[in-house]
Amino acid sequence: MMELFVFVVAAAMVLGGAIGVIVSKHPVHAALSLILTLFGVAVLFVAQQANFLAAVQVIVYAGAIVVLFLFVIMLLGVDRAENLRLEPFKVQRPIAAAVGVGVFGLVVAAVVVSRDARTAVAGTGLEVAAPGGGQLHDGNIKALARDLFSSHVLAFELTSVLLVIAVVGTVMLARKPRKGELQGSES
Amino acid sequence: MLALDQLLDHIKLWSTEFLIVIIKVLVVFVVGLVGTMLMVWFERKVISYMQNRIGPDKAGPKGLLQTLADGIKLFFKEDLIPDRSDRFVFILAPYLAFVPAFLVWSVIPLGGDFSNGKDGTVMILGHATKLQLADPPIGVLLLLALSSIAIYGIMLAGWSSGSKYPLLGSVRASAQMVSYEAALGLALATVILVAGTLSTNGIVVAQSSLSRWHVVATGVVPFVIFLIAATAELNRPPFDLVEAEQELVGGFNTEYSSIRFALFYLAEFMNTITMSGVIVTLFFGGPQPIRFSGVNITLGFLGPFAGTVLFLLKVLVFLYMYVWFRATLPRLRYDQLMNLGWKLMIPLALGWFMLLAAFRVGQDNNWNRALVGVICLVVLGAAAWLLSYATKVSARNRDREGAMF
Repeated sequence: MMELFVFVVAAAMVLGGAIGVIVSKHPVHAALSLILTLFGVAVLFVAQQANFLAAVQVIVYAGAIVVLFLFVIMLLGVDRAENLRLEPFKVQRPIAAAVGVGVFGLVVAAVVVSRDARTAVAGTGLEVAAPGGGQLHDGNIKALARDLFSSHVLAFELTSVLLVIAVVGTVMLARKPRKGELQGSES
Repeated sequence: MLALDQLLDHIKLWSTEFLIVIIKVLVVFVVGLVGTMLMVWFERKVISYMQNRIGPDKAGPKGLLQTLADGIKLFFKEDLIPDRSDRFVFILAPYLAFVPAFLVWSVIPLGGDFSNGKDGTVMILGHATKLQLADPPIGVLLLLALSSIAIYGIMLAGWSSGSKYPLLGSVRASAQMVSYEAALGLALATVILVAGTLSTNGIVVAQSSLSRWHVVATGVVPFVIFLIAATAELNRPPFDLVEAEQELVGGFNTEYSSIRFALFYLAEFMNTITMSGVIVTLFFGGPQPIRFSGVNITLGFLGPFAGTVLFLLKVLVFLYMYVWFRATLPRLRYDQLMNLGWKLMIPLALGWFMLLAAFRVGQDNNWNRALVGVICLVVLGAAAWLLSYATKVSARNRDREGAMF
């Protein structure tokens, strides 16, 4: 009962936020709607007892990434409503429609297929048993860490290398070329 | 379901457990508000004594009701919403600043029986409970999450005012908070490493004697980093560039008036109290009694309130320290602020965290402690040299090419 209530509220948050992102004319309002969606997802994580994932969702996505979005929106002055009638890239809309229908079909297919799947019991996915037999208090984090740093350590390290490359690339792009290094660049 | 409190496991509507939870919520809420009111008075009074003035002394005994009078005055002021503002966001922003400040209270252990290694559980009306609103398994991560949410309030307040100065103030403020959050998190990570748990209750339980208080157990450096980063997060002096009056009129809240301004003001002072509470919880044992080499200050004569009184006394020390900072230290320049944050605090916090982690691994594998220490020092020294060299090179390039921005 309680779980159903939480699910309905969180799902309404997620959907409302998602619709808000698309519908709102103003980029800042769209970013705010995105925060609503991320919070809804975090609540859904908590309802599934994935506490750690919920915290990381809020800290990383709502706390860092959307803040970055807002910084860019505010500082670059793109906070004006754009004219949606203009279409710089003609094939975009038909392709978007096709992809939308395809994704919708995939989701429906996934739901139909998963109807026969064994329903997961809440919280069993990541919990580890304490030595005494009961559930460990914060088993979530330990199980995640063990998985991440043992079987997926290569992927983990590669991801961090990727991030470093992204940072270095940004620095290179933002760097002002020295005088005489590039011909004809006045900026 | 959420493992927040053992009372909530099998809860029925209107049972005793239900009432206890409601009462806890109310007590935390009321104490939070009254505490904020007293904090405003305390700061004004202490600072006036430090500056050889008298300070507020007309309303109530010793001016104790001055904050109340100011609050009433603010309530009855005209509530202005600028024409060029974004109405919805403008109204929303003060709440985004205020609510996280309150929510932090929910995970701080405010008292309880921690003597002789007990875990702070007390009996109220025949039910075992902890004197803290919630004890989620991710306790301290919630602190980080809330402090990153608090940025939105300030950022959106400045932007939605539709005016240049508040926007500049809010961009400054959020840049500062984002920068110092990294150092804050890394200092927090050392505490988690030593305590071995994320739950705030567990962190307090782990600090059962003075030598195990995390300020000692993590070797003071993380505490200093945390204190500085927390001051920057709070936008308090000497890091109060947000409201540098000489440059920005009044910072992000210039366009706010009446009750909305009061909410920002309240949030700022409440954050000071909660941050002091967080520091006490993380590094000074929260409601733990003070215990070292035979001496045992438990304040036992206070009975069940001993833990709470100890906690409040420790918090008071930090509140005084924040006021002291404000009266003593001049404001940093913006580039000094960023240099301190990025080039000193974050590398230092990271290095110290690696050092503690190395010792921990060495302990688990029975390595020679001295050898581990020497190798760590060599590695850290090399890293520090590389960093200072890189800084020097980049400063030289900057001089030659001119500033980029």
